[in-house]
Amino acid sequence: MYNHLMPVNVNNIFVYCEVTDDKTIADVSLELLSKGRKLANDLGVKLEAIVIGNELAGVEKELYTYGVDVIHMAEDDRLYPYTTLPHTALVLNIFNAEKPEIALFGATSIGRDIAPRIASAMRCGLTADCTSLEIGDHFENKTQTEYKNLLYQIRPAFGGNIIATIINPETRPQMATVREGVMKKEIYDAKFKGKVKKIAVNSVLKDEDFCVQIIDRHIEASKINIKNAQVIIAGGYGVGSRENFQLLYELADVLGAQVGASRAAVDAGFSEHERQIGQTGITVRPKLYIACGISGAVQHRAGMDQSAQIISINSDINAPINQIADYAIIGNITDVIPKMIKYYKANSK
Amino acid sequence: MSFRIIVLAKQVPDTRNVGKNAMKADGTVNRAALPAIFNPEDLNALEMALKIKDQLADCEVIVLTMGPFRAAEIIREAMYRGADRGYLITDRKFAGSDTLATSYAISLAVKKLAPYHLVISGRQAIDGDTAQVGPQTAEKLQLPQITYAEDIIEVDKKHIVVKRRLEHGTETVKAPLPVAITVHSSAPACRQRIAKLLMKFKHARTVTELQDETKDYTELYTQRPYLQIDEWTADDLHADVGMLGLSGSPTKVKKIENVVFAHKDSKVISAADEDIENLMKELMASHVIG
Repeated sequence: MYNHLMPVNVNNIFVYCEVTDDKTIADVSLELLSKGRKLANDLGVKLEAIVIGNELAGVEKELYTYGVDVIHMAEDDRLYPYTTLPHTALVLNIFNAEKPEIALFGATSIGRDIAPRIASAMRCGLTADCTSLEIGDHFENKTQTEYKNLLYQIRPAFGGNIIATIINPETRPQMATVREGVMKKEIYDAKFKGKVKKIAVNSVLKDEDFCVQIIDRHIEASKINIKNAQVIIAGGYGVGSRENFQLLYELADVLGAQVGASRAAVDAGFSEHERQIGQTGITVRPKLYIACGISGAVQHRAGMDQSAQIISINSDINAPINQIADYAIIGNITDVIPKMIKYYKANSK
Repeated sequence: MSFRIIVLAKQVPDTRNVGKNAMKADGTVNRAALPAIFNPEDLNALEMALKIKDQLADCEVIVLTMGPFRAAEIIREAMYRGADRGYLITDRKFAGSDTLATSYAISLAVKKLAPYHLVISGRQAIDGDTAQVGPQTAEKLQLPQITYAEDIIEVDKKHIVVKRRLEHGTETVKAPLPVAITVHSSAPACRQRIAKLLMKFKHARTVTELQDETKDYTELYTQRPYLQIDEWTADDLHADVGMLGLSGSPTKVKKIENVVFAHKDSKVISAADEDIENLMKELMASHVIG
């Protein structure tokens, strides 16, 4: 089924899987496995997962359904919660032996901690916060070299004014991080079966790897659940103030929606960071997205343009967001939102 | 031996205020149209270093930056706020460096400043948002790393206790020194310039900057050698040229595209009562809301 001209030396795709406090695999890792499976099929290679932690018995069952051929599992009580050095040493040990073609990490506090460390040790390229990953070819004019089946790492850059496609022609693995919600989590085959390779942790790790100790940890389940909201009211810099942002909360209350924010609004202090939607925030796909005072930079659009319906409220008719909106209301939010609330209250059962 | 902190800082274009003239007609970025600023999280990093300096007797804060000649501006800015001295790594050979090549050059400069206790930088720079240079520099120096630091709980000559900011909470870790730290934007903001230090360092210049001065600074610099901001080139760092700039950067930009908005058939409506009511009616009828 695969092109016979394809070089035989294409290696497998690896996904570093994060383990949650509930001893399940983090959503972002399952999303990456879904994408990884597709890329592996494109390349005709295997998908391999790396799981490092403690009390991992049973996680393989879920991982197999995402089409994982091989699970590299390292289990030790000292490996949970995550610390940089032992996880890095274990991943490097696997990468040096297996020579991955592609390695994917979540763009999370863990993934963004470990991935650059690994890329530095392996002297390979790493692209942060990709919004799309594809397989494609490249011809290097300077050296007249043709590269087949590279990983295109696509991300907005420079204030969202451009979209850059990054490649690593010469180094392996080709590494990328991706934010939670950017890729779609999809079961590949409920009956799929792979195999588990246990790692002899003590033969890899040294005492010095545990020199950084966690002495206290406070993790709260987030009260903010934008990712799965059906309706999102998002505010941008154009909302103008933290006080005006209250209007968004009022509308959200009435509609049973969640409030999101653009990066500009977060930077300006109008909203908390947990609500940021966009390339460096959360990616959402609600039924309805109401963008209030958001101009629509690419980074923001990267996090919301798959919304089923988009309404923009903006005083500037030329705001780029209006071009992707189903409805563009030209006006001030302080005028428009109270009208929406009033109508809804009067007409809902 | 005094307690030595090296702060890694970057001068960045202010991408938060990208105006309409920020893009040239050919679709490339017009850097000249963007003001150059002290990367915001590097200011948080500087504050963290200065706070430690406040607490410890005999502590020096050294600012290290890599960039074009004008990046010396942020070294002076750091001096005005309390840094003791600074070094500018600058060379045409660094042009086009990705994070890997950058961290290689920075790590060589940090090694030149050994022995040190802490290497502190911002979590990420706003022109790339990669958050890679801190951990990559740590790896090249074979240092443990503490990312997303929010507060220093405790520090002595052997250990540091740091509170980290994670997605859904915080974590407090203890590490032996030396260690590399990256600082999160939720850490305390940097103190403002101090008038006394502004007076003290306002004539601080790099060799390159001195060449452009019309006034003769020779005598002043003999009296006040601390005004000299040293510049280090690739040769000064004994760098392997193959690991710098474009040749030392495994990531290549294959393609840059201007953002083309996929136009939808947008319906433009006014803020008049009737328009809003019709829209709400339609949304409720289709059960998008309600």
